[in-house]
Amino acid sequence: MITFDAVTKRYPDGTVAVDDLSFEAPTGEITVLVGPSGCGKTTSLRMINRMIDASEGRILLDGVPVQGIDPPTLRRGIGYVIQQAGLFPHRKIVDNIATVPYLLGWDRKKARTRAMELLERVGLDPALAGRYPFQLSGGQQQRVGVARALAADPPVLLMDEPFSAVDPIVRTSLQDELLRLQSELNKTIVFVTHDIDEAIKLGDQVAVLRVGGRLAQLADPKTLLAEPADDFVREFLGHDRGIRRLQFVSTEGLRLRTDLTVPEGSEGGSPEPWLLVVDGDGRPVGWRAAARPGELEPYGTFVRGRDSMRAALDAALLSPSGCSVAVDEQGKVVGVATREALDEALAEAVHG
Amino acid sequence: MSWVTAFLGWLAEFFGDGANWTGSDGIPARLLEHLEFSALALALAVLVAVPLGLAIGHTGRGGMLVVVAANLARALPTLGLLVMFVLLLGASSIWPVIIPLVLLAVPPILVNTYEGIKGVDPELRDAAYGMGLRGGQVLGRVLVPVALPLILLGCRLSAIQVVATTTVAAYTGLGGLGRYVIDGFATKDYASVVGGSVLIVLFALFVQAVFALVQRVTVSPGVSRRLNIR
Repeated sequence: MITFDAVTKRYPDGTVAVDDLSFEAPTGEITVLVGPSGCGKTTSLRMINRMIDASEGRILLDGVPVQGIDPPTLRRGIGYVIQQAGLFPHRKIVDNIATVPYLLGWDRKKARTRAMELLERVGLDPALAGRYPFQLSGGQQQRVGVARALAADPPVLLMDEPFSAVDPIVRTSLQDELLRLQSELNKTIVFVTHDIDEAIKLGDQVAVLRVGGRLAQLADPKTLLAEPADDFVREFLGHDRGIRRLQFVSTEGLRLRTDLTVPEGSEGGSPEPWLLVVDGDGRPVGWRAAARPGELEPYGTFVRGRDSMRAALDAALLSPSGCSVAVDEQGKVVGVATREALDEALAEAVHG
Repeated sequence: MSWVTAFLGWLAEFFGDGANWTGSDGIPARLLEHLEFSALALALAVLVAVPLGLAIGHTGRGGMLVVVAANLARALPTLGLLVMFVLLLGASSIWPVIIPLVLLAVPPILVNTYEGIKGVDPELRDAAYGMGLRGGQVLGRVLVPVALPLILLGCRLSAIQVVATTTVAAYTGLGGLGRYVIDGFATKDYASVVGGSVLIVLFALFVQAVFALVQRVTVSPGVSRRLNIR
């Protein structure tokens, strides 16, 4: 657990970057620090591994004040991931990952074995081990950055806007990868971002900071979206806060109809305006309108139980039928959520 | 085309003369002298300028010194400096010549080393400290390897300058390849002037080649971005 106890950072010119900040980042959870530029989120993060020293207050790592620990020793025990990855350009990928193990005096072979293991763990081809950073894409470099931070298996990971310099598609996959890794590793992670969507997606708890380095609200994402503490937080969350809340509503209880699917090639009348055509394996092929039986229209799917109501609603909007196709993990159709069913679920979400 | 013929003639005369290949004023001896003076001056300059440039670039303190040194180097008249030292210290040893050579060679190395270290991406420096490297390790394991191309560039510039100036140093009575040119002019022996000039050009090219080789061997492919790695 990381504890901020009335921490203030004041620069010699009088600027206050962080003002009387107190919060806890619980063990094994992701705590996201989010806020506009100048809110002191990066300063707060960097005070944990003493890249910056706090002016007042204490930061405790499992009860031990970090100010009492020699900075290089402290940092070797804390994983650190930064925006541009910051890989050493003159070293091969495998040696970049093994940086901290080498510093800790691990035997070279052991360090490299560990590095190879991590390379695979963060979803990279082991063939990249012998390359140099400039030969990798931005997204790959960032994965190496994460692997490097994890190399000595530190209990704590600090991530400073690690995914903000890559394109949105790569960013999404890196975020998913981080969540997958975290489900296996259970690190205590402090993650800094200016992107509220990223904060809500990744955070077990989210600390919203306002300019001047004061804590505006600390809450889990669902609570944050439902009950913003004040106008600043409300504005920072943005106008589509309601839609985003649906991310936290399960599709488990969504009422599904199973009488709207027909096998491929079948014909014949039905009173329904839309029917979902499925192939021999039970996978969706397309929607058939009663008015134009010769054509198939596009469909949208969501994985029942795993995906949120936001995904289910999105899937419905993608299809002219206005219905959303529920599938299982294998992609087989388990039913159809009609507009009426979605409407009921939305009404429940608003009231419940 | 008569000048080409004359040029070739002088070359043949100079290099064809067996007497030019032996003795204390023969080509091998003069080459060796030139190499010794240049190498000694350059080595001393590297010993002074590289550690100084590393220290200033890494700590960020004393940057003014580098600026002053760089400007001074541009302003100093090479020959004047040489003559002054010889007049002050006499021509009894090589030091009156070596000292000004070192003074000339220090600024390019100092400036490039300093700029190389200072110019390393701050993100990289940050990452290095963040991983838990200590100050000296950050310098030695990250900053120097990354700044190496610039540091070597400074050394190469100085080496070329030293080789050229050593030629001029013959004017003060020092040995080296410059003797052929200076003495040749004095005695209107144009074969000697032309032959000596060609030797100096070849020597300079050789120095360039040596540095290219050193660069190739010492700079990481990840920094030089040489392709076709394995």
